[in-house]
Amino acid sequence: MSSAGILGAALGRFAGAVRDLAPIIAVIVFFQVVVLQQPFPELGRVLVGLACVLAGLAMFIQGLEMGLFPLGESMAGAFARKGSLTALFAFAFGLGFGTTVAEPALIAIADEAAGVAAEAGAIAASAAAREAYAFNLRMVVAVAVGAAIVLGVLRIIKGWPIHVFIIGGYILVTIMTAFAPVEIIGVAYDSGGVTTSTITVPLVTALGVGLAQSIRGRNPMVDGFGLIAFASLTPIIFVLVYGMLA
Amino acid sequence: MMWDFLATLRDTLWSTLFDVAPILAILIVFQTAVLRRKVPDLRRIVAGFALVLAGLTLFLIGLQEALFPIGETMVRQLTAPEMIGLERLADGVNWTDYLLVYAFAAAIGFSTTIAEPSLIAVALKAEAVSGGAVRAWGLRIAVASGAAVGVSLGCFRIVTGTPLPWYIIAAYAVVIMQTFVSSRSIIPLAYDSGGVTTSTVTVPVVAALGLGLAATVPGRSPLIDGFGLIAFTAVFPIMSVLGYAMATSHISRRRRGSAGAGGKSRS
Repeated sequence: MSSAGILGAALGRFAGAVRDLAPIIAVIVFFQVVVLQQPFPELGRVLVGLACVLAGLAMFIQGLEMGLFPLGESMAGAFARKGSLTALFAFAFGLGFGTTVAEPALIAIADEAAGVAAEAGAIAASAAAREAYAFNLRMVVAVAVGAAIVLGVLRIIKGWPIHVFIIGGYILVTIMTAFAPVEIIGVAYDSGGVTTSTITVPLVTALGVGLAQSIRGRNPMVDGFGLIAFASLTPIIFVLVYGMLA
Repeated sequence: MMWDFLATLRDTLWSTLFDVAPILAILIVFQTAVLRRKVPDLRRIVAGFALVLAGLTLFLIGLQEALFPIGETMVRQLTAPEMIGLERLADGVNWTDYLLVYAFAAAIGFSTTIAEPSLIAVALKAEAVSGGAVRAWGLRIAVASGAAVGVSLGCFRIVTGTPLPWYIIAAYAVVIMQTFVSSRSIIPLAYDSGGVTTSTVTVPVVAALGLGLAATVPGRSPLIDGFGLIAFTAVFPIMSVLGYAMATSHISRRRRGSAGAGGKSRS
């Protein structure tokens, strides 16, 4: 590619990032100026930060199409050709577990959940008990996401319809909510949302779509998507179980 | 000021690398020990990975420097008792006093979801895979609208103190009904869109909103009532994407029908 071509592509990415962030900027300016009628604190710092966000988003999207998508797809294709289910399932579990266990949003929510449990008297109020509770919670969620990706991959291979699993999961959550301790319910419901990080989502999506494309008789639209859906549902179920047993 | 910035840059880069290390380890182990195949165009992929890491680092720094502090200040000001005018309410909370908060919640839910990198990724993929039948922007706007309704309703729940399961289980019931009348090809994508909205940009802002609101509304505890907003943000986009798909297929059927294609309007 010529340097002019690269420059043009970079400008295009940057313009895209401006469009992606325009709504957020509009909302903040509107509420700050019209509703709250406050001046902007530290305007210079905010503008530098905004420039970082724009450049970062443009680079991320470019890197996504150059790196994460092709890698996820080429690995999916390689697993399909190799034909070893054990290797594929081990990879699926590792990807789900490994990307979740270090997720900052999950660490934050696990610590807050330990606070709630101590407040409610479910665990001892000591720091050690809270730390152990938070750590176990993180492990439970990470195992849940690993199991979700394995189950989701199995579904793609078999071509099972997704709604059976998701609706079944919803019904399970509904029943378990009635029996779970009250203080764990909010944490459990939220844990489904925090597990899918920005790097995991493109990789897992590319893996699912790539698998569906390389298995005969599978449609990438019908069978390829859905891994994220599994990863956001199983943590709710696993955390509710944890709340009932812990 | 400059040194502060460089220190933040270094710290954020480290923590991003630390977060990505397990993913990288798994990818490398499986690629070299199990698959043992040459990755086509490896240099380009490595360059792409480096861009993703650098981009994410810059993105997170910018959010921490610019967006999150403003967001938190605005949440504090909007939920402050003086703003709401709570001194006239000695006998409890009236949910209509918080209309401004619901409006802010909807606006912030919509706009943070539009900027969510993982949603952009899934939307690009969906547009490519569907051959353009699913438009990336259409999908993103549908998901963001669902998130807007979800966050706003979640704030209403915190203000009124009504039980979280009622809302989530009712939302599940609507999703289940929609599933039975939706086209098979949109369902997996719609279910996925619930998980992708809750990521880098949305979770910190929405969590701050929930905790701030629960801390300032009389009779609410941040520990018990502060949770649950993320769950709202994760369920309502499924509904709005299924609804969007039903609406677009209905419109395209009617267009085809009125264009004189005859009675066979079902595809």
